[in-house]
Amino acid sequence: MKLVTAIIKPHQLDEVKEALEAFGIQGMTISEAQGYGRQRGHSEVYRGAEYTVDFVPKTRLEVLVDDMDATSVVDVVLKAAQTGRIGDGKVWVTPVEEVARVRTGERGVEAI
Amino acid sequence: MDGYYAFMLVATALVLMMTVPALALFYGGMTRSRSVLNMMMMSYGAFGIGAIVFVLWGWSMGWGGAGNGQLIGNPFEMFGLSGVSWHSTADGTGSPYVGVLFQLTFATITAALISGAIADRVKFSSWMVFVPLWLTLCYFPIAHNTWGGGFIYSHLSQQDYAGGTVVHINAGIAGGVLALIIGRRRNWPKEPMKPHNLTLTMAGAGLLWFGWYGFNVGSVVLAGDTAEASTAQFMSETGFTFMNTTLATCAAMLGWLLVERLMHGKATSLGAASGIVAGLVAITPACGAVGLAGAIAIGAITGAVCAWAVGLKFKFGLDDSLDVVGVHLVGGLLGTILIGFFSTDVAPGGVNGLFYGGGFESLINQTGAALFTMVWTGVFTAIIAYAIKFTIGWRVSEDEEVEGIDYNEHGESAYELAGRGGRMTTAAAPTPSRPSAESLDLEGAK
Repeated sequence: MKLVTAIIKPHQLDEVKEALEAFGIQGMTISEAQGYGRQRGHSEVYRGAEYTVDFVPKTRLEVLVDDMDATSVVDVVLKAAQTGRIGDGKVWVTPVEEVARVRTGERGVEAI
Repeated sequence: MDGYYAFMLVATALVLMMTVPALALFYGGMTRSRSVLNMMMMSYGAFGIGAIVFVLWGWSMGWGGAGNGQLIGNPFEMFGLSGVSWHSTADGTGSPYVGVLFQLTFATITAALISGAIADRVKFSSWMVFVPLWLTLCYFPIAHNTWGGGFIYSHLSQQDYAGGTVVHINAGIAGGVLALIIGRRRNWPKEPMKPHNLTLTMAGAGLLWFGWYGFNVGSVVLAGDTAEASTAQFMSETGFTFMNTTLATCAAMLGWLLVERLMHGKATSLGAASGIVAGLVAITPACGAVGLAGAIAIGAITGAVCAWAVGLKFKFGLDDSLDVVGVHLVGGLLGTILIGFFSTDVAPGGVNGLFYGGGFESLINQTGAALFTMVWTGVFTAIIAYAIKFTIGWRVSEDEEVEGIDYNEHGESAYELAGRGGRMTTAAAPTPSRPSAESLDLEGAK
């Protein structure tokens, strides 16, 4: 099993969610995040002072998938989240040792 | 009468409070958390620019050429209040400056009311261009027609004490037309866009109710009294209007909650706040026209109908975000037209409606004035809206809309909980050893 984590632009969330649902993904977790990558932040002026702002609002999306689906899910996220502009985000895959569904106690792939 | 002058000063300040902060709070709580400052700024901005244009040419367009029966007044007749006395008119009736200020607060809140229909998606600069244009082409003419001796005033003896047509139908139809032309928010109605802070909305609704005593009672006093009016007349008018305003509002809140409970299973705080405003809207034109039973009936009917009407936008696909059409247009129409049924000569207005043996005359007058307002303002609002759409544009970009209009339009967020990192690079940093802009590699940061 794999955990696919994606950091995307907040306004792409809807497209990504729909694309994942169309692919057959049945659940996901999202959270509001802040961060920067190669783009860095930007500078802005507020009330007479200039600031650099490092962290940009992002959405973090996590999906648990079967091993064989991981590459395809990454592709789905890439396709839906891509605008071609700076700050589109990143997707990565990490191995998962065990998954259990709390209600039924199912383990492994059954619990995804 | 000194009491007249003192009361009108208080009433004027109460109506000012309805725009800043009451309406700003009421609307601000109903938006999403990333749009609350922008929503509040639309009310504050409307007051700022509306007050200036009102004094420059609004009073002249609305109240100039009294009794001329024309569609609009001449904006240059009393431009900048030239020729308006600040102490009293020649015949000793009232104080013009306080009268001007009282009407000024009505113009500004009417413009601010429209903002609820286009929440979350409009450039602040475009809104600030829209407000003076709309006041000039829609508000001042309708006010002139209804209160300034204009066409409706001369041809239809409708009763509109505090602005059922001038304020609520006017703002309601304008909000509907704008929402139609500007378009929906991204992902509406697929994504539920629920109010982010209903405590603000409840506080705003309560403050609106408080301010509305100045709005309604002040209007009846301004229209009916002179500085020489007797204390008995003053007391009967103010008492009647206070009582009607209270009863209709309570009945509307209860009516709204009841319909909500029956249709959707729960009585909500948003329903109570909206019911309060719907009742106040409906009793606005009728506060001096109906008796106590009429006030309760108008309130209850309006609360119930509006509770149902706010769901219609989903059927029509119209993103009237904070229900300006459902509450102000529907409530304004009900209040204005129900006068035709419930008006009684016991009230200060002294006109009998259909239910009090007065026949259809009042109903025809009320309906005619409502239709006139809808057609006039509908057409001119559309013209202004398209003019802005094809020149400076209305909408912020989609990215900005989703990421938050507060941050992108105003550089702020209402709830700065986590901070955004970074550091100050110029000014305000007191130590001489502060890093220079160059050392921070600002070029690379962009």
